[in-house]
Amino acid sequence: MTGNIAILGYGLSAIGPGIGVGLIFAAYINGVARQPEARGMLQPIAFLGMAITEALAIFGIALAFVFRG
Amino acid sequence: MSLVSAAPSEYTAPGVEEFWQPIIGDGAWAITRPISLVVVSCGLIIWFLLATTRKKAMVPSRGQMATEAVYGMVRNGIAKDLIGSKEFLRFVPLLFSLFMIILVNNFFGVIPPFSYPTFSRIGFPIALSLIVWVVFHAVGMKKHGFFGYWKSLVPSGLPKGMILPIFFLELITDLFTRPVTLALRLFGNMFAGHILIVLFITGGWYMLTSGGILVIAGGVTWIFALVMTLFEILVEFLQAYVFTLLSALYIGGALADDH
Repeated sequence: MTGNIAILGYGLSAIGPGIGVGLIFAAYINGVARQPEARGMLQPIAFLGMAITEALAIFGIALAFVFRG
Repeated sequence: MSLVSAAPSEYTAPGVEEFWQPIIGDGAWAITRPISLVVVSCGLIIWFLLATTRKKAMVPSRGQMATEAVYGMVRNGIAKDLIGSKEFLRFVPLLFSLFMIILVNNFFGVIPPFSYPTFSRIGFPIALSLIVWVVFHAVGMKKHGFFGYWKSLVPSGLPKGMILPIFFLELITDLFTRPVTLALRLFGNMFAGHILIVLFITGGWYMLTSGGILVIAGGVTWIFALVMTLFEILVEFLQAYVFTLLSALYIGGALADDH
Protein backbone atom coordinates (compact mmCIF):
# COMPACT_ATOMS: atom_id res chain seq x y z
CA MET A 1 0.00 0.00 0.00
CA THR A 2 1.44 3.33 -1.03
CA GLY A 3 0.21 6.82 -0.42
CA ASN A 4 0.89 9.95 1.48
CA ILE A 5 0.64 10.41 5.21
CA ALA A 6 -0.10 14.12 4.72
CA ILE A 7 -3.58 13.26 3.49
CA LEU A 8 -4.25 11.24 6.67
CA GLY A 9 -2.93 14.14 8.71
CA TYR A 10 -5.28 16.49 6.96
CA GLY A 11 -8.20 14.20 7.71
CA LEU A 12 -7.32 14.28 11.40
CA SER A 13 -6.80 18.03 11.43
CA ALA A 14 -10.20 18.62 9.83
CA ILE A 15 -11.94 17.18 12.90
CA GLY A 16 -11.30 20.28 15.01
CA PRO A 17 -12.70 22.88 12.59
CA GLY A 18 -15.59 20.51 11.84
CA ILE A 19 -16.62 20.45 15.49
CA GLY A 20 -16.07 24.21 15.71
CA VAL A 21 -18.29 25.03 12.74
CA GLY A 22 -20.93 22.68 14.13
CA LEU A 23 -20.91 24.47 17.48
CA ILE A 24 -21.21 27.88 15.81
CA PHE A 25 -24.24 26.93 13.76
CA ALA A 26 -25.81 25.14 16.74
CA ALA A 27 -25.56 28.38 18.68
CA TYR A 28 -26.90 30.35 15.71
CA ILE A 29 -29.91 28.06 15.29
CA ASN A 30 -30.56 28.21 19.03
CA GLY A 31 -30.44 31.98 18.97
CA VAL A 32 -32.80 32.29 16.01
CA ALA A 33 -35.19 29.74 17.50
CA ARG A 34 -35.40 31.71 20.73
CA GLN A 35 -35.63 35.10 19.11
CA PRO A 36 -36.51 34.97 15.41
CA GLU A 37 -36.29 38.76 14.96
CA ALA A 38 -32.57 38.66 15.84
CA ARG A 39 -31.82 36.63 12.70
CA GLY A 40 -30.48 39.57 10.68
CA MET A 41 -28.12 40.51 13.46
CA LEU A 42 -26.92 36.97 14.16
CA GLN A 43 -26.32 35.92 10.56
CA PRO A 44 -23.16 37.99 9.86
CA ILE A 45 -21.76 36.99 13.25
CA ALA A 46 -22.40 33.30 12.56
CA PHE A 47 -20.78 33.43 9.13
CA LEU A 48 -17.87 35.41 10.49
CA GLY A 49 -17.28 32.81 13.16
CA MET A 50 -17.57 30.06 10.59
CA ALA A 51 -15.07 31.80 8.30
CA ILE A 52 -12.53 32.20 11.08
CA THR A 53 -12.91 28.63 12.34
CA GLU A 54 -12.81 27.24 8.83
CA ALA A 55 -9.52 29.04 8.16
CA LEU A 56 -7.77 26.33 10.20
CA ALA A 57 -9.06 23.61 7.92
CA ILE A 58 -8.07 25.67 4.88
CA PHE A 59 -4.53 26.08 6.22
CA GLY A 60 -4.52 22.34 6.71
CA ILE A 61 -5.37 21.52 3.11
CA ALA A 62 -2.83 24.03 1.82
CA LEU A 63 -0.12 22.49 4.01
CA ALA A 64 -1.15 18.96 3.04
CA PHE A 65 -0.37 19.85 -0.56
CA VAL A 66 2.80 21.76 0.34
CA PHE A 67 4.27 18.83 2.29
CA ARG A 68 3.14 16.00 0.07
CA GLY A 69 6.72 15.43 -0.97
CA MET B 1 -10.48 15.39 -19.91
CA SER B 2 -7.60 13.17 -20.96
CA LEU B 3 -8.08 11.34 -17.68
CA VAL B 4 -11.56 10.21 -18.68
CA SER B 5 -10.82 9.08 -22.22
CA ALA B 6 -7.66 7.13 -21.40
CA ALA B 7 -8.09 3.37 -21.23
CA PRO B 8 -8.07 2.66 -17.50
CA SER B 9 -5.41 0.17 -16.52
CA GLU B 10 -4.62 1.67 -13.14
CA TYR B 11 -6.44 4.54 -11.51
CA THR B 12 -4.47 7.72 -10.89
CA ALA B 13 -6.16 10.20 -8.61
CA PRO B 14 -6.44 13.78 -9.89
CA GLY B 15 -3.90 16.19 -8.43
CA VAL B 16 -2.71 19.75 -8.66
CA GLU B 17 -1.59 19.15 -12.27
CA GLU B 18 -5.21 19.09 -13.44
CA PHE B 19 -5.46 22.80 -12.74
CA TRP B 20 -2.62 23.84 -15.04
CA GLN B 21 -4.33 24.36 -18.37
CA PRO B 22 -2.48 26.70 -20.72
CA ILE B 23 -4.28 27.71 -23.92
CA ILE B 24 -1.61 29.78 -25.68
CA GLY B 25 2.08 29.51 -24.86
CA ASP B 26 3.71 27.90 -21.87
CA GLY B 27 5.54 28.86 -18.70
CA ALA B 28 5.04 32.01 -16.65
CA TRP B 29 3.51 34.12 -19.44
CA ALA B 30 1.12 31.54 -20.85
CA ILE B 31 -2.47 32.54 -21.45
CA THR B 32 -4.28 29.96 -19.35
CA ARG B 33 -7.85 28.86 -18.99
CA PRO B 34 -8.51 30.78 -15.73
CA ILE B 35 -7.23 34.11 -17.07
CA SER B 36 -9.45 33.82 -20.14
CA LEU B 37 -12.35 32.91 -17.84
CA VAL B 38 -11.77 36.10 -15.85
CA VAL B 39 -12.01 38.12 -19.07
CA VAL B 40 -15.21 36.29 -20.04
CA SER B 41 -16.67 36.85 -16.57
CA CYS B 42 -15.94 40.59 -16.72
CA GLY B 43 -17.69 40.78 -20.08
CA LEU B 44 -20.66 38.81 -18.76
CA ILE B 45 -20.99 40.96 -15.64
CA ILE B 46 -20.79 44.23 -17.60
CA TRP B 47 -23.34 42.96 -20.12
CA PHE B 48 -25.72 41.69 -17.46
CA LEU B 49 -25.60 44.78 -15.27
CA LEU B 50 -26.00 47.15 -18.23
CA ALA B 51 -28.83 45.12 -19.73
CA THR B 52 -30.76 44.91 -16.49
CA THR B 53 -30.35 48.51 -15.37
CA ARG B 54 -30.56 50.47 -18.63
CA LYS B 55 -34.33 50.67 -18.66
CA LYS B 56 -35.18 51.40 -15.07
CA ALA B 57 -38.84 50.62 -14.69
CA MET B 58 -41.19 51.31 -11.83
CA VAL B 59 -42.39 47.74 -12.14
CA PRO B 60 -39.05 45.96 -12.52
CA SER B 61 -38.40 43.17 -14.99
CA ARG B 62 -37.03 39.89 -13.69
CA GLY B 63 -33.45 40.85 -14.56
CA GLN B 64 -33.72 44.19 -12.84
CA MET B 65 -35.25 42.51 -9.83
CA ALA B 66 -32.33 40.07 -9.59
CA THR B 67 -29.74 42.84 -9.88
CA GLU B 68 -31.55 44.92 -7.29
CA ALA B 69 -31.77 41.97 -4.92
CA VAL B 70 -28.03 41.28 -5.14
CA TYR B 71 -27.13 44.95 -4.88
CA GLY B 72 -29.49 45.41 -1.96
CA MET B 73 -27.99 42.46 -0.16
CA VAL B 74 -24.44 43.80 -0.54
CA ARG B 75 -25.44 47.38 0.27
CA ASN B 76 -27.78 46.84 3.21
CA GLY B 77 -26.96 43.37 4.42
CA ILE B 78 -23.18 43.64 4.31
CA ALA B 79 -21.88 47.21 3.90
CA LYS B 80 -24.40 49.09 6.04
CA ASP B 81 -24.37 46.58 8.88
CA LEU B 82 -20.62 46.17 9.15
CA ILE B 83 -19.12 49.55 8.15
CA GLY B 84 -21.78 51.71 9.76
CA SER B 85 -24.45 53.91 8.23
CA LYS B 86 -22.22 57.00 8.17
CA GLU B 87 -19.42 55.96 5.82
CA PHE B 88 -20.55 52.78 4.10
CA LEU B 89 -21.72 54.33 0.84
CA ARG B 90 -18.29 54.96 -0.70
CA PHE B 91 -17.28 51.30 -0.20
CA VAL B 92 -20.37 49.81 -1.82
CA PRO B 93 -18.90 49.88 -5.39
CA LEU B 94 -15.80 47.98 -4.23
CA LEU B 95 -17.79 45.42 -2.25
CA PHE B 96 -20.34 44.94 -5.02
CA SER B 97 -17.59 44.42 -7.63
CA LEU B 98 -15.83 41.93 -5.36
CA PHE B 99 -19.06 40.03 -4.76
CA MET B 100 -20.05 39.91 -8.43
CA ILE B 101 -16.64 38.83 -9.75
CA ILE B 102 -16.22 36.13 -7.11
CA LEU B 103 -19.77 34.86 -7.53
CA VAL B 104 -19.63 34.61 -11.33
CA ASN B 105 -16.15 33.08 -11.38
CA ASN B 106 -17.13 30.56 -8.72
CA PHE B 107 -20.24 29.56 -10.62
CA PHE B 108 -18.01 28.92 -13.63
CA GLY B 109 -16.84 25.89 -11.68
CA VAL B 110 -20.14 24.06 -12.22
CA ILE B 111 -21.42 25.59 -15.48
CA PRO B 112 -20.45 23.10 -18.25
CA PRO B 113 -18.80 25.16 -21.02
CA PHE B 114 -16.50 26.77 -18.45
CA SER B 115 -16.19 24.04 -15.77
CA TYR B 116 -13.29 25.65 -14.01
CA PRO B 117 -13.45 27.74 -10.85
CA THR B 118 -11.04 30.59 -11.56
CA PHE B 119 -10.16 31.06 -7.92
CA SER B 120 -8.75 27.57 -7.64
CA ARG B 121 -5.50 29.13 -8.92
CA ILE B 122 -3.92 30.86 -5.95
CA GLY B 123 -2.86 33.97 -7.92
CA PHE B 124 -6.40 35.23 -8.40
CA PRO B 125 -7.53 35.25 -4.75
CA ILE B 126 -4.17 36.80 -3.78
CA ALA B 127 -4.82 39.70 -6.16
CA LEU B 128 -8.28 40.31 -4.68
CA SER B 129 -7.11 40.07 -1.09
CA LEU B 130 -4.21 42.44 -1.82
CA ILE B 131 -6.71 45.03 -3.06
CA VAL B 132 -8.76 44.65 0.14
CA TRP B 133 -5.61 44.74 2.28
CA VAL B 134 -4.38 47.99 0.73
CA VAL B 135 -7.84 49.55 0.95
CA PHE B 136 -8.52 48.85 4.61
CA HIS B 137 -5.08 50.02 5.73
CA ALA B 138 -5.28 53.12 3.52
CA VAL B 139 -8.69 54.25 4.74
CA GLY B 140 -7.67 53.59 8.34
CA MET B 141 -4.50 55.68 7.99
CA LYS B 142 -6.41 58.42 6.21
CA LYS B 143 -8.87 58.67 9.04
CA HIS B 144 -6.62 58.28 12.10
CA GLY B 145 -3.28 59.45 10.69
CA PHE B 146 -0.28 57.15 10.21
CA PHE B 147 0.72 56.81 13.87
CA GLY B 148 -2.80 57.15 15.13
CA TYR B 149 -3.83 54.15 13.07
CA TRP B 150 -1.21 51.86 14.59
CA LYS B 151 -2.03 53.22 18.02
CA SER B 152 -5.72 52.48 17.48
CA LEU B 153 -4.90 48.78 17.10
CA VAL B 154 -4.43 48.43 20.86
CA PRO B 155 -7.63 48.61 22.89
CA SER B 156 -7.52 51.33 25.52
CA GLY B 157 -7.46 50.57 29.21
CA LEU B 158 -4.89 47.79 29.13
CA PRO B 159 -2.35 47.45 31.94
CA LYS B 160 1.06 48.81 30.95
CA GLY B 161 2.84 45.47 30.64
CA MET B 162 0.24 44.13 28.24
CA ILE B 163 0.37 46.92 25.66
CA LEU B 164 3.46 45.73 23.77
CA PRO B 165 2.51 42.02 23.39
CA ILE B 166 -1.05 42.89 22.38
CA PHE B 167 0.28 45.41 19.87
CA PHE B 168 2.48 42.78 18.22
CA LEU B 169 -0.36 40.27 18.15
CA GLU B 170 -2.64 42.81 16.49
CA LEU B 171 0.14 43.76 14.09
CA ILE B 172 0.60 40.17 12.95
CA THR B 173 -3.17 39.74 12.60
CA ASP B 174 -3.59 42.90 10.55
CA LEU B 175 -0.52 42.65 8.34
CA PHE B 176 -0.30 38.91 7.82
CA THR B 177 -3.14 36.68 9.02
CA ARG B 178 -6.04 38.66 7.59
CA PRO B 179 -4.92 38.90 3.93
CA VAL B 180 -3.51 35.36 3.93
CA THR B 181 -6.65 33.75 5.34
CA LEU B 182 -8.82 35.86 3.05
CA ALA B 183 -6.98 34.56 -0.02
CA LEU B 184 -6.47 31.00 1.20
CA ARG B 185 -10.10 30.53 2.25
CA LEU B 186 -11.41 31.31 -1.20
CA PHE B 187 -8.65 29.33 -2.90
CA GLY B 188 -8.99 26.34 -0.60
CA ASN B 189 -12.73 26.05 -0.93
CA MET B 190 -12.71 26.32 -4.70
CA PHE B 191 -9.72 24.02 -5.15
CA ALA B 192 -10.89 21.34 -2.74
CA GLY B 193 -14.46 21.40 -4.01
CA HIS B 194 -13.44 21.10 -7.64
CA ILE B 195 -10.87 18.38 -7.04
CA LEU B 196 -13.50 16.43 -5.10
CA ILE B 197 -15.91 16.55 -8.05
CA VAL B 198 -13.14 15.53 -10.47
CA LEU B 199 -12.22 12.65 -8.15
CA PHE B 200 -15.80 11.38 -7.94
CA ILE B 201 -16.32 11.58 -11.70
CA THR B 202 -13.00 10.03 -12.81
CA GLY B 203 -13.14 7.42 -10.05
CA GLY B 204 -16.71 6.54 -11.00
CA TRP B 205 -15.70 6.25 -14.64
CA TYR B 206 -12.83 3.94 -13.72
CA MET B 207 -15.12 1.68 -11.70
CA LEU B 208 -17.85 1.67 -14.37
CA THR B 209 -15.38 0.55 -17.02
CA SER B 210 -13.69 -2.12 -14.90
CA GLY B 211 -16.78 -4.35 -14.84
CA GLY B 212 -18.05 -6.78 -12.24
CA ILE B 213 -19.47 -5.61 -8.93
CA LEU B 214 -17.56 -2.32 -9.32
CA VAL B 215 -20.15 -1.11 -11.85
CA ILE B 216 -22.70 -0.62 -9.05
CA ALA B 217 -20.12 1.26 -6.98
CA GLY B 218 -19.34 3.42 -10.01
CA GLY B 219 -23.01 4.33 -10.41
CA VAL B 220 -23.28 5.28 -6.76
CA THR B 221 -20.11 7.36 -7.10
CA TRP B 222 -21.63 9.30 -9.98
CA ILE B 223 -24.76 9.98 -7.93
CA PHE B 224 -22.46 11.35 -5.25
CA ALA B 225 -20.72 13.48 -7.86
CA LEU B 226 -24.10 15.05 -8.61
CA VAL B 227 -24.79 15.61 -4.90
CA MET B 228 -21.36 17.19 -4.45
CA THR B 229 -22.01 19.47 -7.43
CA LEU B 230 -25.19 20.73 -5.78
CA PHE B 231 -23.28 21.22 -2.54
CA GLU B 232 -20.58 23.12 -4.48
CA ILE B 233 -23.17 25.60 -5.75
CA LEU B 234 -24.03 26.42 -2.13
CA VAL B 235 -20.35 26.69 -1.17
CA GLU B 236 -19.60 28.93 -4.15
CA PHE B 237 -22.29 31.40 -3.18
CA LEU B 238 -21.26 31.24 0.46
CA GLN B 239 -17.61 31.97 -0.32
CA ALA B 240 -18.49 35.06 -2.36
CA TYR B 241 -20.66 36.20 0.55
CA VAL B 242 -18.01 35.47 3.18
CA PHE B 243 -15.23 37.21 1.22
CA THR B 244 -17.35 40.36 0.85
CA LEU B 245 -18.47 40.15 4.47
CA LEU B 246 -14.92 39.92 5.79
CA SER B 247 -13.71 42.72 3.51
CA ALA B 248 -16.47 44.95 4.87
CA LEU B 249 -15.62 43.89 8.41
CA TYR B 250 -11.93 44.74 7.99
CA ILE B 251 -12.74 48.12 6.44
CA GLY B 252 -15.24 48.80 9.22
CA GLY B 253 -12.66 47.79 11.82
CA ALA B 254 -10.04 50.12 10.38
CA LEU B 255 -12.53 53.00 10.38
CA ALA B 256 -13.87 52.39 13.88
CA ASP B 257 -12.76 54.79 16.56
CA ASP B 258 -11.66 52.06 18.95
CA HIS B 259 -10.90 48.48 18.09
